[in-house]
Amino acid sequence: MPQPVNVTEISKTDRERLAQTGIDLEMKNRCGSYLQMDQDVVHAECAEEGIEVLSYKKAMEKYDGLKEYAWKVVSPEKDEVTKYVAAQKDPKGYVIIAHKGSNNIFPIQACLFLGREQIQHVHNIIIAEEGAELHIISGCASGEHVGTGGMHYGVSEFYVKKNAKISFTMIHNWSENIEVYPRSASIVEENGVFLSNYVCMQPVKKVQMYPTATLKGENSVARFSSVVIATPGSYMDLGSRAILEGAGASAELITRAITKGGTIMSRGHINGKTAGTRGHLECKGLILKDGIIYAVPEIEGSVVGTELSHEAAVGKLAREEIEYLMARGLDEDEATATIIRGFLDVKISGLPEALQQQIDASIDEAEKSGF
Amino acid sequence: MLDIKDLHVKVGDKEVLHDINLHIGEGETHVLLGPNGSGKTTLLMTIMGYSQYTITEGKIVFKGEDVTNMKAHERAKRGIGMLFQRPPTISGLKLGKLLSAISRTKTENIPELAKSLHMDKFLERDINKGFSGGEIKRSEVLQLTMQNPDFIMLDEPESGVDIENISLIGNAIGSLLEKDKHIIKRQKSGLIITHTGYILDYLETDRGHVMCDGQIKCHGNPREILKDIKQHGYKECLECRNP
Repeated sequence: MPQPVNVTEISKTDRERLAQTGIDLEMKNRCGSYLQMDQDVVHAECAEEGIEVLSYKKAMEKYDGLKEYAWKVVSPEKDEVTKYVAAQKDPKGYVIIAHKGSNNIFPIQACLFLGREQIQHVHNIIIAEEGAELHIISGCASGEHVGTGGMHYGVSEFYVKKNAKISFTMIHNWSENIEVYPRSASIVEENGVFLSNYVCMQPVKKVQMYPTATLKGENSVARFSSVVIATPGSYMDLGSRAILEGAGASAELITRAITKGGTIMSRGHINGKTAGTRGHLECKGLILKDGIIYAVPEIEGSVVGTELSHEAAVGKLAREEIEYLMARGLDEDEATATIIRGFLDVKISGLPEALQQQIDASIDEAEKSGF
Repeated sequence: MLDIKDLHVKVGDKEVLHDINLHIGEGETHVLLGPNGSGKTTLLMTIMGYSQYTITEGKIVFKGEDVTNMKAHERAKRGIGMLFQRPPTISGLKLGKLLSAISRTKTENIPELAKSLHMDKFLERDINKGFSGGEIKRSEVLQLTMQNPDFIMLDEPESGVDIENISLIGNAIGSLLEKDKHIIKRQKSGLIITHTGYILDYLETDRGHVMCDGQIKCHGNPREILKDIKQHGYKECLECRNP
């Protein structure tokens, strides 16, 4: 039975902020935890047999530097962020390994908490060995007292082996002073499944990311889903990329974006390199208040037999839909919030119910304040 | 129940309803007939409070209260409800969730009610997305049942519906309008737009009105008017008013 995470130094308000990202410090319905506050690794454990949750440092010692995995899908030379993380003498972050055949029903939670003004850096490595199934919820939040600014640099490398599955659900609850630069990539082998979900309903100064999945194995699958709201002053540059290399590989990139005055760049790229591969990219945007939604869907096919498609739409709430609900007795604000909630409703195939509920709950929380 | 007095309605710059007068008493169900484009749906949408229909003259009085300037939800809360002919599809909004929002308190009845209208498998589906004609109408009746209005407007409840569904929908509408109650005790009122009159096989109606060019041209027994229209068409039917 997993023990509650003992962190007396987190205030009640900050606990609530973390709870909104799906982090449960009581460990109910969680099989393991990693908690990093600023640069301190506070907690790393997993009660489930066959699954290890280690700090980056411990994992390097135990597994001789994880030579097959560290900096293998993300290049340390990629940009300033990766260079900064690679240059750290005391690297932070977590390594999660689901050993061959292990299968966790409850997700592991990884919590990255920024309490002071600084650059928080992490390097994470997530491995699902052959036949393993691993679900991770990553809650990232900043404390109520982070004043003029802070930055989060995160490098994540995912390895989905043959017949394995990883779902990674990231819920952000930063604040208007925080800049976030995740850099992540994954390799998916034969029959492997990689699900990557991103939810951000709260203000943030800047998020910039473009996670890439390389589907090397036959019949491997990747699904990226993003549900975001940009408030005034928020700049979200979000992309996702799938490279279809294995025969029968398929990818789906889904985005629901709402601006209430902020800027959202919604990028996506699917590259079909092999016959028998399929990919679909979909971005739907809603402009509630003047702001920018800039959708850049790219599909690139280079062989006969790859099938790729995309659809992108940016628009407004339909008056007809609002009045239909008003005719049923909902006032205008309720009708509007109900339609927006529907717009943001993305059901992710293959995601455990507990995680789908967590995604739904974090959107419901935003609905309570009328978005 | 409903009193419409000297009503003029514009859509954009164009007047589309001219000098409408209509009285529907408590417990009465009226039928609105008329050719396509005559203004029947416009009248219903105006009574419901849709914002694109601007009332330039006249008033709508519901249960003694002037609702002319009220928004749709305020009218709905006072007991006006409508079955839409072509309701919008709302992506992501589940029928079950809308029913909960409509009922506010009586959520425990939803699965049972849905089952009675053969809609129990649709509670987790997006409203109207991929619904057939009959399913749309059953979903509408289900929403109205949840809403339980005192005055129910039905815009072509039988259009796009097969025989089996017409009976299901017709009977459900009949009970919404308390047709099972004795005429003295009946409190619900209705206004039905129909072209075929099939719906009238399932519920008795009290009075018919014929609309043409944005005006109500004649009144009478609904079955007689419908019979005339079926025999002679609208053209001849209306000529009796302007010989």
